[in-house]
Amino acid sequence: MTEEIIIAGFGGQGVLSMGKIMAYSGMMQDMEVSWMPSYGPEMRGGTANVNVILSDERISSPILRSFDTAIILNQQSMDKFEHAVKPGGMLIYDGNGITRHPQRQDISIYRIDAAEEASKMKMQKMFNMFVMGGFMKVKPILETENVIKGLKKSLPDRYHHLIPMNEQAIKRGMEIIVKV
Amino acid sequence: MEKELRLMKGNEAIAEAAIRAGADGYFGYPITPQSEILEYLMEANPQETTGMVVLQAESEVAAINMVYGGAACGKKVMTSSSSPGISLKQEGITYIAGAELPCLIVNVVRGGPGLGTIQPAQSDYFQATKGGGHGDYHLLVLAPSSVQEMADFVELAFDLAFKYRNPSMILSDGAIGQMMEKVWLKPQKKRSEELLPWATTGKPATRERNIITSLDLDPERQEKFNQKLIAKYREMEEKEVRFEEFMTEDAEYLFVAYGTSARICQKALQLARNEGIKAGLLRPITLYPFPKKRLAELADRVRGMLSVEMSAGQMVEDVMLSVNGKTRVSHYGRMGGMIPTPEEVLENMKLFIKG
Repeated sequence: MTEEIIIAGFGGQGVLSMGKIMAYSGMMQDMEVSWMPSYGPEMRGGTANVNVILSDERISSPILRSFDTAIILNQQSMDKFEHAVKPGGMLIYDGNGITRHPQRQDISIYRIDAAEEASKMKMQKMFNMFVMGGFMKVKPILETENVIKGLKKSLPDRYHHLIPMNEQAIKRGMEIIVKV
Repeated sequence: MEKELRLMKGNEAIAEAAIRAGADGYFGYPITPQSEILEYLMEANPQETTGMVVLQAESEVAAINMVYGGAACGKKVMTSSSSPGISLKQEGITYIAGAELPCLIVNVVRGGPGLGTIQPAQSDYFQATKGGGHGDYHLLVLAPSSVQEMADFVELAFDLAFKYRNPSMILSDGAIGQMMEKVWLKPQKKRSEELLPWATTGKPATRERNIITSLDLDPERQEKFNQKLIAKYREMEEKEVRFEEFMTEDAEYLFVAYGTSARICQKALQLARNEGIKAGLLRPITLYPFPKKRLAELADRVRGMLSVEMSAGQMVEDVMLSVNGKTRVSHYGRMGGMIPTPEEVLENMKLFIKG
């Protein structure tokens, strides 16, 4: 099993940290993992993306052009990465701010209105964990308990009291994701 | 600290591995994409645990001269920077090589020339392997292609530096510096308290004073010294060549690539094999000394070699010298911080095969 993922959105949406938690969770499941962020000028312009690979085998290239799963959190990223999903692959997106919805017929498309739900529940800071829950629902390769362990590893101690809220966000994300 | 599995950036892995290898000192100046090395060391504050000194110098030039001083005392010292900063250090590096001192220099390469870009590149190959500063000298150059190797090569680079009394370099790039992977960290080693016989540690009555210098105004003596250095480099070429091969047994076409490019070529290789193209990969781990002999052997068996680098074509010259006309050699590369994708590399291998 090798799962090649891109997560793309605005800086501040928790794109890089969601990727980091995925990588930690994969590590908890004894997978090989890689996490390759954009750190260049595009990041300084407000958009961020990260390539995450989870695999049972030694990972070759950490840098990819096509992906099994794309998690897309803004319109710029939709324009850039809809076509980077492999045929038969999966695209997950948040509808918030999307003006041109994905068009492809040869991939499965899921929508999760995580921004709206997070704001309704006054849990805006856990936005990325709603999305994470959606991903875990439709691509069940990471176990919730390992994701919690991953959260503990990637969050500094002073934020550990927020882990139950993150767990709640993951659970809610699993409920609100829908196939388009 | 015990052996431990962690998820780390390549830069952080270098920093942690330096502490665990029992390094005595780090002297650096921040520059993207390697600032995490200094940041990590500052936060870890190993002065409190192992006694390792970590210092942000006032400039790159100051940092390399602090390394020169520490190395002259026989201490395990290092610095790190990225391309423009490594250029600034060149005077110090040639002095260190000329004074036959061990140290570690890490270059997390970004695109150039000049200030260039902060994105990954491999355009400092010539500078790293052919001297960099003035005079006839070589660094021992290791090229990691994973976060694990970023950690492992720190201790290896120090060991080789002390074995040959020669500066070692880890030549990495922004991609490996910034990416996170799993890494097994070795247990903490104690810092050495041994007083090395050649080092300036205070003159006891039992021996003459040790002089550390790269200056000798007598040309006959200087030439003898140059010959001594060359003998040392020949010994490294004999004993220290390291490389890794992928599917070379039946390969008709060979990728030659190091660092990040080697990872991309591994994927391109799988894609090629899926299409029935018998491709293989030779990944030099030591860039100096270069795996000349092995490439010359493979040149008798393959129909061509494609050097893939994030540069205008630098290592390709060493590949050509190694095979000495026995097989076709070409180069494919991206520059300016662009990273080739596996699909793109495969397409260019196909063009190369067509001729």
